Amino acid sequence: MTPLIRVRNLRYRYEDGTVALDGVNFDLYPGETVALLGPNGSGKTTFVLHLNGLLHGEGEVTVCGMPVEKPYLDEIRRRVGLLFQDADEQLFMPTVLEDVAFGPLCRGMKPAEAEARARAALKQVGMEGAAHKAPYHLSAGEKRRVALATVLASDPEILVLDEPTTWLDPPSQSELLSLLQALPQAKIVVTHDTIFAEAIATRAVYFERGRIIAEGSVADLRHRFDWGPRILPRSAESR
Amino acid sequence: MHHLVVDEWTRRPGWLQRLDPRAKLIVLLAFLVCVGTFRKLTVAAVLALGGLVAAGVILGKLPARGVAARALLVAPFAGPLAVASALSGQTGQAISLLMRALLSAAAVVVIVGATPMPRLLRGMEWLGAPRFFVLIVQFLYRYLFLLSEQAQHMRLAALSRGIGSRHAGIRRVLWRAAGGAIGVLFVRSHARAAAIHRAMLARGFRGSLVPLEELRMRLADWVFLLAGITLSAAIRLGVRSGS
Amino acid sequence: MHIPDGLLSPAIWAGAYAVSAAAIGIAARQAQRSAQESHLPLLGVMGAFVFAAQMVNFPLGFGTSGHLVGSVLLAVTLGPPAAMVVMTAVLLVQALVFQDGGLLALGANVFNMAVAGLLAGYLPWALWGRSRLRWIALAAGGFLSVAVSGALAMAELALSGVRIAPVLAWAAAGLFAINGAIEGLLTVAIVRALAVLQTRTAEASATARRVTAALGIAALSLATGAVAMASQSPDALDSLVERTGIAGRVRAWVATPLAEYRLAWAPDSWWGQALAGLAGLALIYPLAVALARAFRKRRSA
Repeated sequence: MTPLIRVRNLRYRYEDGTVALDGVNFDLYPGETVALLGPNGSGKTTFVLHLNGLLHGEGEVTVCGMPVEKPYLDEIRRRVGLLFQDADEQLFMPTVLEDVAFGPLCRGMKPAEAEARARAALKQVGMEGAAHKAPYHLSAGEKRRVALATVLASDPEILVLDEPTTWLDPPSQSELLSLLQALPQAKIVVTHDTIFAEAIATRAVYFERGRIIAEGSVADLRHRFDWGPRILPRSAESR
Repeated sequence: MHHLVVDEWTRRPGWLQRLDPRAKLIVLLAFLVCVGTFRKLTVAAVLALGGLVAAGVILGKLPARGVAARALLVAPFAGPLAVASALSGQTGQAISLLMRALLSAAAVVVIVGATPMPRLLRGMEWLGAPRFFVLIVQFLYRYLFLLSEQAQHMRLAALSRGIGSRHAGIRRVLWRAAGGAIGVLFVRSHARAAAIHRAMLARGFRGSLVPLEELRMRLADWVFLLAGITLSAAIRLGVRSGS
Repeated sequence: MHIPDGLLSPAIWAGAYAVSAAAIGIAARQAQRSAQESHLPLLGVMGAFVFAAQMVNFPLGFGTSGHLVGSVLLAVTLGPPAAMVVMTAVLLVQALVFQDGGLLALGANVFNMAVAGLLAGYLPWALWGRSRLRWIALAAGGFLSVAVSGALAMAELALSGVRIAPVLAWAAAGLFAINGAIEGLLTVAIVRALAVLQTRTAEASATARRVTAALGIAALSLATGAVAMASQSPDALDSLVERTGIAGRVRAWVATPLAEYRLAWAPDSWWGQALAGLAGLALIYPLAVALARAFRKRRSA
């Protein structure tokens, strides 16, 4: 089976010379949900930005058979739906409907068609009533769902989610989980929330200092790296 | 926040809200030009113009007190000038000045209070404002609240750290802190703008923003447009202005 | 400083609109040309930033407070064309949503603050921004941006026939001076903070700098001239029409109700008044410089 995403030996350096990615190899197969775990600054978000060409490093990145390079970027960006950590950066239009229709409109769809597509996407995430609201009127959870709709409107094959549960209260987290589980696309989820990761991911990789140093199930990696919510022991004096 | 209050008005179920933004903008301009070309307002003119404003308030189901309060925001500027004029013996001119400022401001409040900003901007674009500029205003308005909130948070944080106390030595720190705070706000704004651009690219942005909605004039819009222009012109030409 | 509607005469607000529209049109085209695609969100967000920054109030003692205007800051970091467009966007939103300035008066307000004031404020930086005098230049620029916008606003009002009593004029001048000083000091503080945060200021080509410098000088001269002219007569616009028919002749002017704020020692000619205006600015400029120096010394102490 050919992978949807194939990354070989990806390297990336920031302007000031720091190495952000130091030879990453990665595959994503249809139907999978892969969790990217690891400490802050280990390169998870930087890695993910290479998958739709927002960053360009050395090495090989192939998405749906196309190299992530100039002539293919348009199509790749349609197929890879990237959900950023900060929903306010993603909802930049005056109303929800315009935000969700943005992708289709940019790709040349007629306004009427784009609007229909947008409404369908909003329905998928349960936010069809918010079509004419302005983004700042939405709660964090609602913004997250609308952001997801903006990505779904272009009918992607792969969803990449960067810290999707940040700022969400437990009920919103569960809602998001059900929503994501119902979507057929292959998914990559960058997250610190190991409980969420365990619920949604079929497999996980562990990033450290720009490289993937381990692979396995979320439970495996949690064990190996002691990677989960820490509960500090009470000190003997505090009685 | 101020602009959120007005924003709420634009969602009320008034007749004015449903009109085409182009018609509203043209009528507003006609009104402002009418007021702006009077040398001196007469009582009749003030009443007629005030009547138009009141009609707008009613048609838009706008809160009268809210509109009046916002119109009065021009008072600190026009007030002293009017007073100075009155003191130099020109009471008629003084009152005229004040009324012109108040009526103009009230008209703007009514129209802006009955038209959501994105539609207002579409109207302006149709009337000739360059798209590049209109889009900048659109982005500005979208992030206005967010960034103002950020600034407020910084202010609260600074206050809770003791800035603003009467201790003289603090004054110097205050300036540096303010400069630093605004500097940080600047850098974060820049970073946010870069992130927004990335998000736009990720969704297929190719350099131009396509509008979703087509503006269309219906009968009600034409009626409003013609009525607004004719009434403004009638008041300007019909009521004899003072010398 | 934001003039509301209903105060300016049609000639002034219409004329100002014509000039502003042309100026901002050119600036927008310039900004677009030299810009990357990312300019759209950047300029919009920086406009929102200006609003946010203007909310930060500085207690000055005596229960008053001042705040940043930001045109010089923007000009130095985004380049004058982009800065002019952003400030115009800010002024538009201020007029529409906050009733800070009128819609018919927008042309005049844009001219005063986003065009002339901005260019005059950028002038010192254009000339000395790369030398040792950069911080003084920046402080002076901040001051000039406020002084020039204020002077032009007063002139436009006077030329529209609004009677500005001497006490009001002096009070306004005092306010402009204080706010100008704040602008200068704040702009310096912020740009220094930005240097620490490693933000680069906009680099302009030599020709671009010469052009903006020339425009800055033009703005400065205009402000001086406008103040001088407006201080002569409340119905100056009508008499102006007469006078241009007698171009080149220097005449003694008839005493007017505003005669009180002509400087006693200035000769009764147009040139004399212009000189008086310039002298005023020349007096305040070194004061701003001295303040900037004093501020720097105290900070590094």
